[in-house]
Amino acid sequence: MIEIKDLHKSYKMGSNSLHVLKGINFSVKEGELVAIMGSSGSGKSTLLNILGMLDEADSGTYFLDNVPIKGLNETKAAKYRNKFLGFVFQSFNLINYKTALENVALPLYYQRKNRKERAEKAMDYLSKVGLAEWATHLPSELSGGQKQRVAIARALAADPKVLLADEPTGALDSKTSYEVMDIIQTINDEGKTILVVTHEPDIADMCKRIVHLKDGVIVEDKPVKQIRASQYV
Amino acid sequence: MFDRDRWREIFEAIGKNKLRTFLSGFTVALGILIFTILLGLGNGLLNSFLSSFVDDAQNVMFIRSGNTSKAYKGFQENRKIQFKNEDFEFIKNNYIGKVEFATPRIYRDGLAKYKKESGSYGIRAVHPDHQYLEKTIMMNGRYINEADLKERTKNIVIGRLVEKDLFKNESVLGKMLNIDGIQYKIVGVFQDSGGDNEERLIYMPYTTVQLLFGNNDYLDQINLSYNMTMSTEKAIAFSKQIEKDLKERFRVAPDDQSAIRVYSLAEDIKETMVVLRGIYLIIFVIGIGTLISGVIGIGNIMTFSVKERTKELGIRKALGASPGSIIAMVLQESVLITAIAGYMGLLVGILVLKLIGNSLKEFFILNPKVDTGVIIVATMILIFFGLLAGYIPARRAAKIKPIIALRDE
Repeated sequence: MIEIKDLHKSYKMGSNSLHVLKGINFSVKEGELVAIMGSSGSGKSTLLNILGMLDEADSGTYFLDNVPIKGLNETKAAKYRNKFLGFVFQSFNLINYKTALENVALPLYYQRKNRKERAEKAMDYLSKVGLAEWATHLPSELSGGQKQRVAIARALAADPKVLLADEPTGALDSKTSYEVMDIIQTINDEGKTILVVTHEPDIADMCKRIVHLKDGVIVEDKPVKQIRASQYV
Repeated sequence: MFDRDRWREIFEAIGKNKLRTFLSGFTVALGILIFTILLGLGNGLLNSFLSSFVDDAQNVMFIRSGNTSKAYKGFQENRKIQFKNEDFEFIKNNYIGKVEFATPRIYRDGLAKYKKESGSYGIRAVHPDHQYLEKTIMMNGRYINEADLKERTKNIVIGRLVEKDLFKNESVLGKMLNIDGIQYKIVGVFQDSGGDNEERLIYMPYTTVQLLFGNNDYLDQINLSYNMTMSTEKAIAFSKQIEKDLKERFRVAPDDQSAIRVYSLAEDIKETMVVLRGIYLIIFVIGIGTLISGVIGIGNIMTFSVKERTKELGIRKALGASPGSIIAMVLQESVLITAIAGYMGLLVGILVLKLIGNSLKEFFILNPKVDTGVIIVATMILIFFGLLAGYIPARRAAKIKPIIALRDE
């Protein structure tokens, strides 16, 4: 599903440049649930941004579902993002003047689905994360866990190939974190490929594979025995 | 442009960000309001000036005589120039095709009496053509005619207010009116748009006055109207020609300003129109300036709005919004706000002009209004500037990098 070879990325900081990713080789098969771990500054967010086509690598190759991701213009990148990827952010990033349902329906709007279909699909995904009754509520009326569940529903709505979650539990208490992880595991059980960036070991242990990043290189890449989040809920 | 879903998105964004919408709309509405009112008042000024010319036909010329101010060809200065019937005939017959109507005028005053009522009125002794030159409108009966001239009848035509003053509600046609001891027969009643003074006049045949007062053929003034097909420039040249011919006829120095004067409304109208166009231009420039500052205002607010929405636009881009769709969204929002707010400003402006109506008559503003053509042009300008005001922030919005927008603070 994801094939990365010799990926480099550096940022210009005034006169000197900061080498963030120093040759990453990494592949993910369909249906995997991968945790990307590392301390801050290890390059894990940069890697995720490149995977999410929000940023571009300086060198190296990136294939997503056998499609080369390189030199895309903005319009094309937007199209690919919409088609291939679903995002879940630490700070939820819901649009505050739209209801839960409208937020979930937004990626479908950019897929040019008609209104009725958007509403139906969005409602399906909201029920899936257990928030059907909250469909007409604004984000400000939802708890943190509920917001993240709406964000997950939104990321799923476009039926992407890969779900990218950047510290999805970073702003949540542990009980709520496990609830969110439970949903992520359920989705993964259904076959969705998911990448989770986290620095919390207990969250990483709920994935099927852990990739450790340090100073821009992968120092460890091992499968783990998955701990089910449902036992804590 | 005609994507229904996009409009729905925009209406939603507008509806849920009322303060932002109100602020940007308000500047534009205010700009258009001021623009409309200024333009309307300008038109009012124009109407007011134009209405001061409608009393008389606009192609009219007045020829007056006085005393010479210079000795010329053996004649002493201070010689009185007196027009006579032959001069009137000269004017009438010498410029065939150029002169449309011509009439002499003799001015008198008289004390008119009917039963117990009496009043002093101005009398004008005229030719039947006078009716067309003065735009006299007959309410009852008829004007002076050729037969009156020939027979030197004592038939008179009285103004609406003379009738009102002296006869109250009696019907006047055929009644006799005593003016300075002589009985005249009233054959008509007229009205005139020139105001009350013009309607307190009495017209009679000039031949009659010449017979009754001095038995001469003297005339005080000759009025004529030139052929309307002549341009203003040609008309001014024509009036110069008449002045020159008459000066030769009376042996008056060509540069004598007081002996014979030809006064043409054409010149007056031309000068006034130049001044008015100037005023109108100034008003227009100020109006456009106001409009532009309104548009700059909306540009500012759109910029601010884009900044405020950085995160939202970043999310949209992460979810698959193309830069084009972001530009279209911001632009359409800007155009929509400009168009609606501008239209409201326009409506309020028109309403204000309606309310003003003729209440500012004493400030030379008559019937202020803007015409449809100008409104359409203003609307187009508005939409155009709305696009312009929206475009720069829209482009900035499209360039927002999702990672920067979504970075946690």
